[in-house]
Amino acid sequence: MLDTNKTWDLLVVGGGNAALCAALMAREAGCSVILLEGAPKPYRGGNSRHTRNLRCMHEEPQDILLETYPEEEYWQDLLKVTGGLTNEKLARMMLKHTSSCRPWMVKHGVRFQPPLGGTLHLSRTNAFFLGGGKALVNAYYDSAERLGVSIHYEAKVTDIEIEGDTFKSATFTHGGATHQVRAKAVVVACGGFQANLEWLEEAWGAAAKNFLVRGTPYNRGDILKVLLAKGAKQISDPLQGHCVAIDARSPKYDGGIITRVDAVSLGIVVNKNAQRFYDEGEDFWPKRYAIWGRLVAGQPDQIGYSIVDAKVMGKFMPPVYPPIRAKTLRELAQKLEIDPDALEKTVAEFNAAVRPGGTFDHTIQDDCATIELTPPKTHWAQKIDTAPFFGYPLRPGITFTYLGVTVDDKSRMILQDDKPCKNIFAAGEIMAGNVLGKGYLAGIGMSIGTVFGRIAGEEAAKHVRG
Amino acid sequence: MYAAEDKPMKLEELIEDAQRVLRVCNACRYCEGFCSMFPAMARRLEFTENDVHYLGNLCHNCGSCLYSCQFAPPHEFQVNVPRLMAKVRGETYRQYAWPSALGKLYNNNGVAVSLISAFSIALLFWVAGALTNPERFFAAHSVEQGSFYALMPHNLMAGMFGAVFLFAMFSLFMGFIRFWPYMGEELADFFKKPLAEGLHDAFTLKNLGGGVEQEGCTYPNEQKSLVRRVFHHFTFYGFMLCLASTSTATVYHYLLDYPAPYPYLSLPKIFGTLGGIGLLIGPAGLLYLKTKRDPQLAATDQTGMDAGLLVLLFMISLTGLGLMIWRETGAMGTWLAIHLGFVLALFLTMPYGKFVHGMYRLMALVRWHVERRRPVPGVAPE
Repeated sequence: MLDTNKTWDLLVVGGGNAALCAALMAREAGCSVILLEGAPKPYRGGNSRHTRNLRCMHEEPQDILLETYPEEEYWQDLLKVTGGLTNEKLARMMLKHTSSCRPWMVKHGVRFQPPLGGTLHLSRTNAFFLGGGKALVNAYYDSAERLGVSIHYEAKVTDIEIEGDTFKSATFTHGGATHQVRAKAVVVACGGFQANLEWLEEAWGAAAKNFLVRGTPYNRGDILKVLLAKGAKQISDPLQGHCVAIDARSPKYDGGIITRVDAVSLGIVVNKNAQRFYDEGEDFWPKRYAIWGRLVAGQPDQIGYSIVDAKVMGKFMPPVYPPIRAKTLRELAQKLEIDPDALEKTVAEFNAAVRPGGTFDHTIQDDCATIELTPPKTHWAQKIDTAPFFGYPLRPGITFTYLGVTVDDKSRMILQDDKPCKNIFAAGEIMAGNVLGKGYLAGIGMSIGTVFGRIAGEEAAKHVRG
Repeated sequence: MYAAEDKPMKLEELIEDAQRVLRVCNACRYCEGFCSMFPAMARRLEFTENDVHYLGNLCHNCGSCLYSCQFAPPHEFQVNVPRLMAKVRGETYRQYAWPSALGKLYNNNGVAVSLISAFSIALLFWVAGALTNPERFFAAHSVEQGSFYALMPHNLMAGMFGAVFLFAMFSLFMGFIRFWPYMGEELADFFKKPLAEGLHDAFTLKNLGGGVEQEGCTYPNEQKSLVRRVFHHFTFYGFMLCLASTSTATVYHYLLDYPAPYPYLSLPKIFGTLGGIGLLIGPAGLLYLKTKRDPQLAATDQTGMDAGLLVLLFMISLTGLGLMIWRETGAMGTWLAIHLGFVLALFLTMPYGKFVHGMYRLMALVRWHVERRRPVPGVAPE
């Protein structure tokens, strides 16, 4: 077991992509590294377990990445989803870094694969991991073990001792006992707080009770809380996060990607009063899925129902739960436990507003839209009139929160006096808010984790070894 | 290990669970690059029982998807594709056995193969005993004296083994003729270009490569390794060389009027010796890997079936090589009876043991190459 008298070069708190990148970089630079992962081994890796790709800038085609995805376009995409809530200097540094980090990833055992079925639109911007994020995490752990990183599971860090701007030691529980670990530097990469329901409730009020936690149940934000209490400068706010509308029948925690429902843009979505509340056809689902979690969170009882008819079945990625199915809209409403009269009225109004003569094509932004309807449906608006009818209940599904600690371009944690710490670094979701103040771009979580994890490890090693 | 318990399942439960798991996989698709099964799955939006059997036989049990799976046990979704598909294949073998009553031999296949082997060896001793006497049986016969045929006439041997072999081939053919249409394909489509592609995949074991880079599969444990593929190649090509040996010998005997035994540097002997060595190394290696394999990857009730074929092949090879070495001594009769006993057991159990996996897997591979040319109904960008 652990030698408690030893002073390590680097302590890494957390065990996901960012933590592993930091541990590997520091170890490669010659540091002695201890990594404390709070989760048990089968659940190691935090939310990285659920990921599948890395959003990569590239000025020319790179093996599996087609065409180009230049810096400016990546930056504009980020600017658009965040509405400017980003740090341009850090963001540009990060997206440039993504164009050159993949060979290092491959060296540590990560393998890439051509884009998956149904994801062709991402073939230009995102590099997919063979086997997904858990395969990536497995590869990094193997590599870290081979290189001699000391790895401990179910090792929960509960406190961090800081003197002024300097990290001294950390306290953690493991095997029923409390231990102390000293290190010359620390990388904090233990995620956001999405699995902490009390904290979510503090931020969102009673509505949070109806949220599903799509991400890992092990990110409770305990160390985030400690750091903020001990003088770290906060970034973003507790209401911001990656929040998607997912199937209401999903498990409370850890449902991952398969809980998504891609039917939204091809039908209508109503709330518990059977009323529509947003333009379902505003844009392609991949560009809109990240706003629907918040939209549903804003509805009474935080529930929505995606309703489609037989015409569009088979035209979206198959969700994991079978749809609720009925011969008539009345029957469907009864099965969904919403008011049948109200649903019939909403659908009748919608159908009447569908502009005649449009040519439905779900693979482009077609010309099927509603006229004089509030809210409108601007694409893929077809009458819902062909039995059987199908419904998918929706809840807000939160993957990770953006509230975090501020960092500089060396991934050093910034204190409330705007000065960086000497030897405290942060990477991954715990500092994602620096780049991603709101919204989401597919694959950017892994970009943040990989880039800031690598920088944190490198800078920590420089600090320790000079 | 976090091996979820391998519970016995009724047929309907197994199919339902496979459909549930395939829905999970189809909504995720992270494993698409590992093998042909996942792209085949992704062509579908739902899964009939027929699809389950098709996909089950396309799975090569390499394990890559299990270790990559975010929903693998202990996660509540309990996704373990390699084990589930192994169970499905067990069902395919049972359901498509001919005559169907003999599908029951899969219920306890290890025991069945052992008993049939014991019976076959006993039968061979009895035949040799009935045709000779102890003195002749234990005497040394030189190659010039005809060696084996001094104990057992060639035509009797050829007749007995030929008949059993033809029956086995017919029985396998009945499996083929029913399973191919069950997957929803026309018979004529089997014998086209996809057949060559399927054979290529089978002969190279491409699907045990773990994806484009062919670094190997996660068997017997989480580390990528090509060792299983290598031992399977020893086994398969060893078997093919032995088949080549028997075939050339048959040609020599009937067409060239040149009966066995043959000298060490003759074609039947070279093929047979090399094949025999392959059939020692391959099955021994695969059996050894089985003792090391992660229990999560296996359907526990199939260990007997898997080991049955491997032990049979190993023993055939061992006794065949023994027979070659001691063919001019007094021990030849004993070696001959045991060797032929094991060969007979292999022929008898061919349609009712692990041997059939090659046929069903080839059919699934060919089917994949047939259907991958067809357009997939488009889905909205996900």
